[in-house]
This record gives sequence, C-alpha cells and structure tokens, in this order.
Amino acid sequence: MKEYQTITEISGPLVFAEVDEPVGYDEIVEIETPNGETKRGQILESSDGLVAIQVFEGTTGIDKNASVRFLGETLKMPVTEDLLGRVLDGSGQPIDGGPDIVPDDRHDIVGEAINPFSREYPEEFIQSGVSAIDGMNTLVRGQKLPIFSASGLPHNNLALQIARQATVPEDDESEDDSSEFAVIFGAMGITAEEANEFMEDFERTGALERSVVFMNLADDPAVERTVTPRMALTTAEYLAFEKDYHVLVILTDMTNYCEALREIGAAREEVPGRRGYPGYMYTDLAQLYERAGRIEGREGSVTQIPILTMPGDDDTHPIPDLTGYITEGQIYIDRNLNSQGIEPPINPLPSLSRLMDDGIGEGLTREDHGDVSDQMFAAYAEGEDLRDLVNIVGREALSERDNTYLDFADRFEEEFLDQGFDTNRTIEETLEIGWDLLSMFPKTELNRIDEELIEQHYREDVGDEPAEEVAAD
Amino acid sequence: MSQATQETVREDGLIQSVSGPVVTAVDLDARMNDVVYVGDEGLMGEVIEIEGDLTTIQVYEETSGVGPGEPVENTGEPLTVDLGPGLLDTIYDGVQRPLDVLEEKMNSAFLDRGVDAPGIEMDEQWEFLPEVSEGDEVAPGDVVGTVEETVTIDHKVLVPPNFEGGEVTAIESGSFTVQETVVELDNGEEITMHQEWPVRQARPSAEKKTPRIPLVSGQRILDGLFPIAKGGTAAIPGPFGSGKTVTQHQLAKYADADIIVYVGCGERGNEMTEVIEDFPELEDPTTGNPLMARTSLIANTSNMPVAARESCIYTGITIAEYYRDMGYDVALMADSTSRWAEAMREISSRLEEMPGEEGYPAYLAARLSQFYERAGYFENINGTEGSVSAIGAVSPPGGDFSEPVTQNTLRIVKTFWALDADLAERRHFPAINWSESYSLYKNQLDPWFVENVASDWPEERQWGVDVLDEESELQEIVQLVGKDALPEDQQLTLDVARYLREAYLQQNAFHPTDTYCPPEKTYLLLTAIHHYHDEAFKALEAGVPVEEITAIDAAPRINRVGVQENYEEYIADLKEDIAAELRELY
Repeated sequence: MKEYQTITEISGPLVFAEVDEPVGYDEIVEIETPNGETKRGQILESSDGLVAIQVFEGTTGIDKNASVRFLGETLKMPVTEDLLGRVLDGSGQPIDGGPDIVPDDRHDIVGEAINPFSREYPEEFIQSGVSAIDGMNTLVRGQKLPIFSASGLPHNNLALQIARQATVPEDDESEDDSSEFAVIFGAMGITAEEANEFMEDFERTGALERSVVFMNLADDPAVERTVTPRMALTTAEYLAFEKDYHVLVILTDMTNYCEALREIGAAREEVPGRRGYPGYMYTDLAQLYERAGRIEGREGSVTQIPILTMPGDDDTHPIPDLTGYITEGQIYIDRNLNSQGIEPPINPLPSLSRLMDDGIGEGLTREDHGDVSDQMFAAYAEGEDLRDLVNIVGREALSERDNTYLDFADRFEEEFLDQGFDTNRTIEETLEIGWDLLSMFPKTELNRIDEELIEQHYREDVGDEPAEEVAAD
Repeated sequence: MSQATQETVREDGLIQSVSGPVVTAVDLDARMNDVVYVGDEGLMGEVIEIEGDLTTIQVYEETSGVGPGEPVENTGEPLTVDLGPGLLDTIYDGVQRPLDVLEEKMNSAFLDRGVDAPGIEMDEQWEFLPEVSEGDEVAPGDVVGTVEETVTIDHKVLVPPNFEGGEVTAIESGSFTVQETVVELDNGEEITMHQEWPVRQARPSAEKKTPRIPLVSGQRILDGLFPIAKGGTAAIPGPFGSGKTVTQHQLAKYADADIIVYVGCGERGNEMTEVIEDFPELEDPTTGNPLMARTSLIANTSNMPVAARESCIYTGITIAEYYRDMGYDVALMADSTSRWAEAMREISSRLEEMPGEEGYPAYLAARLSQFYERAGYFENINGTEGSVSAIGAVSPPGGDFSEPVTQNTLRIVKTFWALDADLAERRHFPAINWSESYSLYKNQLDPWFVENVASDWPEERQWGVDVLDEESELQEIVQLVGKDALPEDQQLTLDVARYLREAYLQQNAFHPTDTYCPPEKTYLLLTAIHHYHDEAFKALEAGVPVEEITAIDAAPRINRVGVQENYEEYIADLKEDIAAELRELY
C-alpha cells in the first residue's frame, strides 16, 4: 500500500491529493495527521492524477504533510449476529466498552438495489398498538413509513412507543415462524440528551438486547452522518435476509443527514438544486429508503421508520417533499393536537400508509377495517371543516347533522387519538372504539361502510349519548 | 438510420475520471450516443459529450470502485432495444435487461453489476405462420407472418422499416428462434423475427391523424368528464399521496388498449412488485385473459442507477411504437416523468452545463415535447392504423404546479388530470380536481360516445359540470354563513352536488365491482342523479320543505350504485323509488 504526502488543498470536509496511480471511485482512504491521529475518508471524485476525498471525522488537524493511504476497497460494514445489544458510533466502531466485534462477513455499505422482480409485496400487518396508526394508517412489514415532525414535538416518544409495542399478531395456526424481531437504531446528529432518552428507554424495557444502536451525535462530524444510515441499513439487511430477523430500522433525524449532504455539495462547489440541497438528493435518499422491503423466499424483512423534522413545519421543504415521494406514506405529528395535550399527537388526515389496503381486511386484521377507517377519515375531515364555520356562525346556526359531526371530531380526538404513550391497544380495541364513535351517526350517514357490516357492528344503544355529553359540557 | 446490423467493435479508450454516473475517457473513437462498456467489469454506458480527445459517458450502473486507467470499449452502436416476440409478459430494467433473467444470472436478489442480457429470449422457439407467399412483393413495414406471442396478442412479424423490400424468394413455416431467417427477399435481405431499433429515434409512420376514439378507462371521472383519446396525451400531476400511481395502475388495468407499456421511472420498488404480483392474476376486462398477457413492464426504481432512469422512458416508447406498427392501440404509462427530468438534471449538473430554470437543463422542454410527440394516432407505413397514447405522471415538488416540469408538460399534453391533496386528505378518490382538470379531446370524442353509449351523453355531462360549478360558488357562501342560511333551492342544489361528488366522481379502486365502471354505467348513474334532481325540484316547487326532500330513504342508495353488478336493474328501481317517495310528499 502506497503512502502519499501530496495533499494540495483542504476545504471544509474535503481533501484533494495528487496520486500517480489510479484510485477507484467511492474507495476508502486513511489519512494520518502529523500528530498520529488516523482519519477515514472516501473518494468522491477520481481523475488522472488528482482525487477528492471526503473525510468522515472532520479535517481538523490535517495539514499538507499528512500522509494519505488508499485502501483499495469501498467502505465495508463488519456484520455478525453478535452486533445485537451493541452500541456503535456513527461509523461503526463500538463505543459501549464491550469486546471487539468479530465479523462473520464484511458487506459493502452502499448496498445494491433489490431487483424488483425478487421483491415480495409487503402485506403483513404490524400492530404498533397506536390507534391512529393501526386503525387508519396501517404499517406493514417491509414498508418505509416516515414520521414527519417538527422541532419541539414528541416524535421520539412515538418512535419509542412503536419500537416497544410493535408485534405481528400470531395466526391461530401457530406456524413455525421462528424469525425474531430486532431494532436497528440509527441516530444522526441528535443531541446527547435525546440519545440518553433513547438509551434509557432501551435499557429500561430490555429492548437493547435485540437492538443495534448507531450513534452520531450533534457534535460528531457532520460528514460521518452520510455513512451512519448506510451502516445501519447494511446491518439490517444482513440480519433480515441472512439471519431471518424481522428488523425495524429507526433513523433519526433525516433532516441532519440532508444538511450533511448539502455541506458536502457546497464544499465541492456543485451546482445546487432547490434551497441549496444537491440535485441528486432524491437519488441519494432513495438509495436509503428503498433498502426497506421483503425478498421472495427469505424469512426476514426490513421495515423503516425514518424521522424527520420539517424546517418551519413546512412539508413542501425539499427534505419532507422528496421523502414523501419515495416512502410509502407518512405519519404527521401535529402541533395543534400536541398543544391540546393529545398523546400521541398524530393527525390522521394528512397521514397516509400506501400499503394499508393490502395489509388489512379479512384474514389479516378484520373485515370491517377498511370501511371503518374510510368512514372515520371522511367524518373527521367534515368535522374539521365545520370547526372553521362554528367560529363564525356559532353552534346554534348549524343543523343537527353538522352538530353531530362536530361532536364526533371532539370525541375522536379524545377517545381515539389520545391514548397516551404507554397504552398498547390491539387492533380489535382500536376498531371497537371506532364503532363506538361512528355509532353517533344515523346508519344512513355511514355511506362508506358495507350494509352487512353496519348491521353486525353498529351500536343501537348509543344513539343519544353524544347529545347528553354536549349538555354536560 | 439504424446501426443495428453493424457489428464492428472499435478501438478501446482509457478512463480519465469518475464522478458518480459520469465517466470521462480519452483516446476513445466514438460517435454521440454510442453504447460503450466501461471499466474492467464492463459496465454499460452511453456517450453523451465529445470534446477534443475527451469523451464523456453516462454509465447505467453503479460506478463504485471504478478508477482511472481502466479500459473503455466502444460497441459502435447507439442504444437500441431488441424487438420481437417475448416483449410482453416481461419486466425490464431501464436499458431493457429482463429482471427475471438478471436474477437468475446473478443468482441473487440484489442487482449486481456488469451483467448483460438480451431484451428478448434468443433461443426460444416460436411458431411462425406465414402471411405472404413466394413471389409476393413486400415493402418495409409489411406483415410477413404472425406468431402467437401470448393468449391475447398475435405478434406480427414486420419487414423492418430500414429494409428496402422486394420480392419474397423463400418463406418458412414452423418453429423458429428469433434469430433464424424466416423470409428471404430477392435483394438478399433476410428477415428474422428479431429487430433492433435505436431508442432515441422515433419509428417511421405514414401519417399522424386526429384521434377520434376514446381510450375508455372504466374510471367515471375520466370517461365521463375528462376523456383521453386513443393516441392522445395526458398528464397527471399531483403532490405525494394524492394517488398518481393508483390512477396509473387503474388505467393500466382497465384501459381498453390492446397493449400496455408501463414504465416505472424512478419510483418505489414495492409498487413495481405489486404490479408484477397483481397483473398475472387480474383479468383483462375485454378478453378475460391475464392482464400480463398484454403488458410489458419497465422498472427502474428510484435506487437503481440514475442514467438508466433517463433512458427507460425511451425504451418504453420504442416498444410501444413497435406494437403500433402492427396496428395495435398501445397505451404507455410513465410514472413519473418528473423523475426522468430529474435524472436529466442530475447528469446535466455533473457535466457542469449551464442550468435553466430550477437547475433543469435548458433542453428540458425540447426533450419532453419530443417524447409526447411520439404518441398519436397513426397511419402506419404498411397502411394499418395504430395508436400510442402517452400518460405521464408528474410529481411537482411541494405540489406546486408552477414548477418547470409541470408547466412544460402542460404546454404539450391535451388532457390534464389535476390531483388534489385536499381531496386525497378527505379520502375522496380518485382525487382528481374537477374544476382544474380539462380535456381538449372532449369535442372530437363526443360523436363516439353519442353513437356508442347514449345520444344525450354531451348534454348530461354538461348538466353535471354545471351543477358542480354552481356548488363551488355556493360553497364559498356556505363557508361564511352556513348552509342553513341559503335559500331552499340552493340547499337542494348542494344536496344534488353532494351525490355527484360522492357517488359519481368518487370511485373505489379497491372494490371488486366499483373498480371498473363501463361507460354505460357511468352514464346511467349520472342520469339517476339527474332524475333525483328533477324530481326533487318538482317537489320543492309543490311546496315540500327541503329537509323532507333530502331525507327520503331512496336517495342515499345512489351512493351504492358503484358497487352494484346488475346496475341497470338497480338504477331503474332506484329511479322509480325516488319518484314514488317524492311524489308522496305532495
């Protein structure tokens, strides 16, 4: 291995060096600073005689005399089942004081695209125990469903609640489904406090044993963040497709990841796209998100819940916007619901799970699931509209029908959404609450539900109840 | 001019630099758009710029680990697709490599690099039935025989458009592979079932005609309000979650085209898997055969190489044109053209080209119009008529239709189906906004609907549009003062409009019956609502209070029409009951 002391330029996270042999694109570089520190980096551009290196640990301390070694291979993640229970830093080095990792294999972190022909369509319901998700925006194994949140909202609590509660309800015929559940947690640029919150919860609930944690904290080098999710996903793919685990990958916070991409783009003086983010951000994000899925003939699955904070609560910002175009839906955390004290403050209206329709219904959840969900969406949307009107004309000016919708919207928030971060509801419980609420309406209003199902589930006795409650208010 | 038959391999060059999908090479003797093999692994690429001794190549595969000094080999051919029997019931990546063959060759569920595979199976035997005999004169484009490609489609073997044609001197009959000669001509030309065609060049036709037949989609809002013609162009823009892909899937399933080419360009892997799993099991509504038997899929998902995303649209439209030449009606769905435009932008910025609007290259508008112009209703060079309808989804950032891809698309296409996030949020699907959308084909298609469905089709549609327009005006007042403050006749209009929205415009794609609505049913449902409107207003004039009118039991049954299989009977009963109940009130 040749060593060079040929650095010509250092700019932000980038180092440019002259070489006299060809170096491959994306290959790994080690840079030894004069005071003996070794930093790792990756080739961003390779041309005859000159390479651009992106340094993961920051360029502080590198000078023109630093020596550069080209390792001749792309970045690899050492993978083994023993990673479960371990805490690693953002570039995959153990930081929990445990023993060295003895890898079974080393996998390229870039990962290859899953052949769409080899995929298996995700349709196994995951019960998150959260009514707003299970009932109305159902998550399935192999899906990528991000949480769209914003600063100051409890997205971490929701992520923890899902990580704690997520199960797949067993079928009656207990098939020899030996596959186990694992959580991979990839933190990018989160604060040490947030990290402690996660770690404490993992330790308290014993979840750490079946988790692999990658920690890139807010004061760790930003460039390292571009590697962290790839390390996490490479580990996830290994556990899912070689070791038959059902893996849930939580990535937080994707906004910090995208900021790091922008930083590198700016340092390379690239032509920027929208709001200064690089033009290839869609492709780059897709290469992460698309690593969720199921493969035909393999037991395991990779399910992703990336969390992102929308700058200025704006979902047209490039980060949530591009994410929404790639992922299979999104869960919105709502600031108003949060200030009303609703836990978890999920707003079901803009939320969506694209894979829901194939994951629910008879044999999967319950045959009335789809209809109940549709009806609740329509009713809550109408109730929300009417709230604007009430502010102007007052309740008395509205018809009885409209008043019922208003009552529905209130009860929906109090009884259906506000379950608390520690309550775990089965899908049956969720749907029964749904019927309790829908039975406020006369049967003819339930135009999205099959007539037979109405006969089966409609609560005949609760018709007058809401009116009394209103009187009591 | 096609270079398809030329097999010369030119001298090799050497890689000079690598940056993502863009590679430059020196000492390579190549022409623009030649296909080259890059590096020791032989990754497929295409020449996109030549400057002095320096050739710039976009590579269709991941370039990690490729370095300067590795060889570049030129094939001397432009990017072509293989055409012949075997295109249907197949799924390709963006450069026409069959994904099932790749899985087998790579022996992995992940896409490896440097593996090539022909677009059609070269060794498979097909039963060739000749349609000409010795001594017949054949010209380019003429049919010389047929092959049963799938249960639905007879594949017509054509004299390639770049041949001269002449007298048939020998013709075979029986089982052959696509590489074996089946017809020989007196000028020495040998015709096989296999052709190649450069993807960036439109296949020739005799004449482009005005399309006058609708592409019936079985979707009420499309057929009823905003129809597209066979050979027409349409755009479906919408923010994420508004149902672009579901709409495209519905069209691919139920449009009455002979052939469907579905291009998944830079979209989700699971969505393509859904198509691969669903289509072989779903029935083609016209023939009853599996849908896959008329479908060719091109899947270049968002995590597959970006350069192949740029080419997949061309691969798709070339396959579509090939079937058009046989006299078929082809519908091409491109989901999504925004990803295609972004791929152009990405390559363009790596080339450090001067950007146009929002970083897109200045040639964006030209590329979009070149693509949509390859659609149309054509008279083919062999005298038959065929069509390519192009339906492109657009994914505008932030749902903002003023961005360059949407705007440049709208300047070309004649049908605009605007998807609306608000409608999607209240689960009004398909979430097509009826006041923003339009179809410029309406007038030229009306004669067909009048002749084949109902003589008052245009009038009924206009009635529906008027009521919906009136509703949106009234809604503005309702927002301010509440519904009960409106006069009774306007309250009744709102009630009628609600049925139009809920029963007519909404359609449940996941309900086995409602998912496909034939034009007759679309029409009858509209007349049922119109009937309710007329009877209700009669009752109102007779002095019946509006609350009593809207409370009749029969009216809500309008919402159930969509799910009825025996809709004719159901609607007839419904009309009777509405009239009877209302007349009882006065």
